[in-house]
Amino acid sequence: MNNALIIGQYVPGNSLVHKLDPRTKITLIFFFVFIVFLANNVLSYSILTLFALVSMVISRVPIRFIMKGLTPIWFLIVFTFILHIIVTKEGSVWLEIYSFQIYSGGVFQGIAISLRFFLLILVTSLLTLTTTPIEITDAIEDMLHPLKKVKFPVHELALMMSISLRFIPTLMQETDKISKAQASRGVDFRTGSIKDRAKAVVPLLIPLFVSAFKRAEELAMAMEARGYNGGEGRTKLRELKINARDIAVYLLFIAVIAGLLLTRGY
Amino acid sequence: MDITFNNVSYIYQENSPFAHKAIEDLTFHIPSGSFVAVIGHTGSGKSTLIQHLNGLAMPTRGEVTIGDFHLKAKEKPKNMRELRSKVGVVFQYPEHQLFEETVAKDIAFGPENFGVEKAVIEERISEIIPAVGLSKEILERSPFDLSGGQMRRVAIAGVMAVQPEVLVLDEPTAGLDPRGQKEMLEMFYELHKKQGLTTVLVTHSMEDALKYADQVIILNQGKKYMEGNPVHVFTQKDALHKVQLDVPESVAFLSKFEARFKKSLPFRGQTVDEMAEDILRVVQGGGIDE
Repeated sequence: MNNALIIGQYVPGNSLVHKLDPRTKITLIFFFVFIVFLANNVLSYSILTLFALVSMVISRVPIRFIMKGLTPIWFLIVFTFILHIIVTKEGSVWLEIYSFQIYSGGVFQGIAISLRFFLLILVTSLLTLTTTPIEITDAIEDMLHPLKKVKFPVHELALMMSISLRFIPTLMQETDKISKAQASRGVDFRTGSIKDRAKAVVPLLIPLFVSAFKRAEELAMAMEARGYNGGEGRTKLRELKINARDIAVYLLFIAVIAGLLLTRGY
Repeated sequence: MDITFNNVSYIYQENSPFAHKAIEDLTFHIPSGSFVAVIGHTGSGKSTLIQHLNGLAMPTRGEVTIGDFHLKAKEKPKNMRELRSKVGVVFQYPEHQLFEETVAKDIAFGPENFGVEKAVIEERISEIIPAVGLSKEILERSPFDLSGGQMRRVAIAGVMAVQPEVLVLDEPTAGLDPRGQKEMLEMFYELHKKQGLTTVLVTHSMEDALKYADQVIILNQGKKYMEGNPVHVFTQKDALHKVQLDVPESVAFLSKFEARFKKSLPFRGQTVDEMAEDILRVVQGGGIDE
């Protein structure tokens, strides 16, 4: 139905990025989000951009997939850029149109902030593009494991996540089906006032909820029938393992941070 | 209403790497008032074909004509609402589309959308309820309290209350017990005859197609594979086997009988009773009445 948001859209592959332990990927991205804000000059930004672009190339995910994932936020990127150009009044005046001045500082700031956005989205979508949802939930479950000591339901949370991810496509299909059935009964989802259109959603939402609850009940029953009784004592078919590859990538990432700190202007 | 497909193709997500031809170069004609069975495997394009009948899908190429309505490639559809009031579609598992608080309200939902007056709707509801085999007591109950079979009948009543001229049925008997299946089809056939509908039935059952249809269209991988009257289509065993379809039980039985007794007893569209008489006559050494 719509493929605009690629979050959760895994592109199968066999690259280094695909093969990395999901925990490694999540950790790196977690820190990347912070260090993006450390960069403050051309050199430090280039290091970050280089890192992101190299990961993208190594992952061998077709560029059009990544670009498609970026479509929803292009607007945001362009908007921040323009806002900075208009609002920031630092540095020298570069261009003067009537009484309106564009400052060098505004352009630099605009580029820098948009680049931050771009890098953040690029790297996070790279995670979901190269990691199956199951791997991600496994990794999160494993990383949150220490919280079990304070009675945090880690396993249940991970299970909930994987179940909801699993049912996204199913619900999309269901929505498509029901909206077609209701359109055949004369519901018009496309035209009319906002109030009319909001009303038109009711015959879509109610059947959707009904079937979702039914599905949930059936799933719970099927899980119980197969002996599921919570996370206690459950073992995994695929154990996560950190190996030499992951350590190498960690070291590389530390080098990136070091490089960033060195080139960062004070 | 006459339905004509003229070289219709439908491609999902054209001009993308995911492009997928759902139907390809389909041409056929359904005369007004006939009962047509569309048969094909999953993925043969049946559902896409159905969606062309009321403008849920627009042809990528070619033209679909339904009565006075024309659906053409790359043309913005007009009078879509009118078309949808003339073509009633019963989708697979139609009970999933129920949502109102009471059965009566749910049945009235379609006609209300198409601007039918309240009094007229009341009248139609009281007519349609017995026709779909329900009793009036359930009108004020919630559709979600009913049994699966009843829910399906309510959903069908909701489609019929619009009083369409064309009725499209997408495997209406899926998930029902054998008796329910038989009753359901008998009901549709009744409605078809009584209201002079043009009916398009999508089915997996060769037996049903043979029993009810005037015309059979067999789809294979989005293309029309065979078309014609049921007796003609269903006696072509080899051609059907080629696309993993079977001949109806009665046809299969007769050809086994011919092989076993080395006598000629071709299928001419006999009912089971007529067939028994034919067999008796042939076994006793007589010929068959033409």
